[in-house]
Amino acid sequence: MSLVMPAPDPATLAKRAEIVAALRAIVPGEGVIDDIESLRAYESDGLTAYRQPPMVCVLPETVEQVAAILRWCHGNRVKVVPRGAGTSLSGGALPLADGVLLGMARFNRVLDIDYADRVAVVQPGVTNLAITCAVEDAGFYYAPDPSSQIACTIGGNVAENSGGVHCLKYGLTTNNVLGVELVTMEGDVIRLGGRGLEPAGLDLLGVIVGSEGLLGVVTEVTVRILPRPQTAQALLIGFPSVESAGQCVADVIAAGIIPAGMEMMDRAAVHAAEDFVHAGYPLDVEALLIVELDGPVAECGHLSGEVERIALANGAVSVRASVDEAERIAFWAGRKAAFPAAGRLSPDYYCMDGTIPRRRLPHVLNRMNELSGQYGLGVINVFHAGDGNLHPLILYDANQPGQLEAAEAFGADILRLCVEVGGVLTGEHGVGVEKRDLMPVMFSEADLAQQQRVKCAFDPELLLNPGKVFPELHRCAELGRMHIHRGEVPFPDLPRF
Amino acid sequence: MLRPASIGDLCEVIAAGEKLRLRGGGTKDTVGAPCEAQVVDMRSFAGVIDYDPPELVLTVGAGTPLAEIEALVAGEGQMLAFDPFDHARMLGSEGAATIGGIIAAGVAGPARLSRGGVRDHLLGFTAVSGRGEKFVAGAKVVKNVTGYDLPKLMAGSWGRLAALTEVTLKVLPAPRTRRTLIRRGLDAAQAVAAMAYALGTAAEVTAAAHLPDWQGGAVTAIRLDGFTESIAARAAMLPEFEPAEDADALWTAVRDAAPLPLDRPLWRLIVAPGKAPGVISALPHAAWLFDWAGGLIWLATNADPAVIRTAAEAAGGHAMIFRADAAMRAAVPTLHPQPPALAALEARVRRAFDPNGVFETGRF
Ligand SMILES: Cc1cc2nc3c(=O)[nH]c(=O)nc-3n(C[C@H](O)[C@H](O)[C@H](O)COP(=O)(O)OP(=O)(O)OC[C@H]3O[C@@H](n4cnc5c(N)ncnc54)[C@H](O)[C@@H]3O)c2cc1C
Repeated sequence: MSLVMPAPDPATLAKRAEIVAALRAIVPGEGVIDDIESLRAYESDGLTAYRQPPMVCVLPETVEQVAAILRWCHGNRVKVVPRGAGTSLSGGALPLADGVLLGMARFNRVLDIDYADRVAVVQPGVTNLAITCAVEDAGFYYAPDPSSQIACTIGGNVAENSGGVHCLKYGLTTNNVLGVELVTMEGDVIRLGGRGLEPAGLDLLGVIVGSEGLLGVVTEVTVRILPRPQTAQALLIGFPSVESAGQCVADVIAAGIIPAGMEMMDRAAVHAAEDFVHAGYPLDVEALLIVELDGPVAECGHLSGEVERIALANGAVSVRASVDEAERIAFWAGRKAAFPAAGRLSPDYYCMDGTIPRRRLPHVLNRMNELSGQYGLGVINVFHAGDGNLHPLILYDANQPGQLEAAEAFGADILRLCVEVGGVLTGEHGVGVEKRDLMPVMFSEADLAQQQRVKCAFDPELLLNPGKVFPELHRCAELGRMHIHRGEVPFPDLPRF
Repeated sequence: MLRPASIGDLCEVIAAGEKLRLRGGGTKDTVGAPCEAQVVDMRSFAGVIDYDPPELVLTVGAGTPLAEIEALVAGEGQMLAFDPFDHARMLGSEGAATIGGIIAAGVAGPARLSRGGVRDHLLGFTAVSGRGEKFVAGAKVVKNVTGYDLPKLMAGSWGRLAALTEVTLKVLPAPRTRRTLIRRGLDAAQAVAAMAYALGTAAEVTAAAHLPDWQGGAVTAIRLDGFTESIAARAAMLPEFEPAEDADALWTAVRDAAPLPLDRPLWRLIVAPGKAPGVISALPHAAWLFDWAGGLIWLATNADPAVIRTAAEAAGGHAMIFRADAAMRAAVPTLHPQPPALAALEARVRRAFDPNGVFETGRF
């Protein structure tokens, strides 16, 4: 494993008993966990290749407790890692050996629902799906729907700017959050945004969303809720080539149609999913598209006809439109089961998350197949086709020596390829520890320094979630003095952390 | 006035350390306190750099005129979905707005209600910071979470962080048809309730506004945009509303706050929509209209700024001076003052881009 985390500070480790006592004084009872066995439960998130039990875990219940914890940790130079449900796929919630893990699970209440203003105010530990559950009787829902929605928290969604299969039409988390209450590392409680559409000053909320727990701890979230569309219909379309499927996607958009969801699966993914859930997918295709249309019945009927026409014009070999809700769900079942289906093909799999300009899809898939041969590891592809967000699943066996390292190297090559064709390292899963060291592939030193200066504005001592996102942690004072010429840093030999 | 022709020139101009006021078309020169800074004309950074309609992505120089971009995307059946517009009419200014100025001022019209603002459509940019350093942020694809979302900070930053030279925007297909429905004679509270009701149905309302005095009476308007096939079905979900004549004029009037008198200061209030009627009753002599279903209030009034700001805060929002004479703009902060902890944090974020205060001209 190549990942280097900031070296634990021996002085902090030596003060463990004192730190535990200080946290107990703030959060009484069961809210402070310090026995080694129980801490194991927190040693990793959804990126299970990396494990590190925290020094101690604290589970506050009130914003005052969060502020007191952060103030104390700031005063005593103790690092803090926030955690929601621990489903991050990029290691964002990976604990530190000398850090406090701040679990937000007890912040689990829906505080207010206002149907007239179409907002819900919730605590950050509320799960994504629970927001929809809280408003669905009134005919509303919360649009961003990561596949992990039953488990992941809205606080984690805010930190990762999570997406889902419907974000082409309805946006990512950032487009659906109107306000947050945030506690800074210094213990200040700040409100950003609210129920209005724009802030009074700089859009700091915009930079909090997607900040991966590095800028502050979110203690309340105001989200926009939407009325449920009258109906939804899915089309299942098989293509003889990836090129024709890709062209169909482009033509649908060129026809002015933004479907609620537009997912692609390659041949390997179709077979894996069909073997697993028997969704009725055609097996003699190179690519399968699921196109979902939602809205008034009249609109869905019209648009599904249009999409079918475009698909046939692009050589689709099979087109089926769902006739009822049960069939629509069945069409999705295979796509939604892509992860567990990969799990049946191989003991372990590694999910990547780059985005590319869609027109480069055939090239990228061909290169990926070449790399697959080179590394001797299989790969299956599911893909948010509308927005170009790829999810290659690399198949490996962690018990075979060298395979994890090979999978990681393969994954890194895929992400470099994404950047090379004009895309990005991550479309929705975040940088975390996973893509941290690849950041220079996409950003120059000057670009990264500018981002890190924003970090310094929120957390000058770099105590909140250090070791994530940035490949090097420059001290803030040093960064202030640093001038970058032609992308070269003045002190290339400084230790990384 | 300086007019740098290249990023290298711009870096030098900024690194020189003089106070600088960034300007595109100059249409919003009268927003903010009068100030003494050197003006930097950004219009050399103009032109289309990349546009691939099916990718839904457009990259242009920040000094490109808005009208040019709108014509370009309209030619492909697309639009800038945040509904930008030129403030020249509203502010009585000369010149033509540039996309950089639109972004810096966070300009979004009636459709912002449903389609999002500048913040939701700015995907990436190249800029020169107050340190005189070129940097890029965001990307040129529609879905990206790599690194901090600095484009969000640039939207509505009023030139206080960095000089934008190149911007990448998300574009979307333009609707084929629009239909406007209205109700007449509602008061502020009834209008807000009617708009909230419509937005809570599956009719997919694009825009919702209320004019207390439009062609002789109060009009509450709802716009439905989309495919012809669906609009009739959506209109049928709102039987209380009737079809409107001459709706384009109405939406332009809403966007430009045109019905409001020109002889007094114009304020822009952003509030929780449900609280909008309360703001109006706290300011009985003001002329006003509601956009964004009540979430945006345009207010023309000589009322005491403190009273206006208190009313905005009570409604969960804030108030900005949009048009006023120089004396008032010199005396009253244009942007709504923030609570101390937030103001301090915001100042630190500004220093992160502009440590020497090159862009801190006193305008805001
Ligand atoms: C099976 C599976 C499917 C998935 N599908 C999707 C998908 O479709 N789309 C998608 O975008 N993601 C997906 N994910 C990734 C993951 O679910 C999301 O990133 C999710 O938002 C993480 O939420 P969490 O509550 O688990 O956060 P955690 O994993 O606990 O934490 C994630 C990050 O958020 C920070 N954080 C958590 N809470 C707070 C808070 N209150 N304040 C500040 N920082 C905080 C943490 O420090 C960490 O950096 C999937 C994951 C799995 C395991």
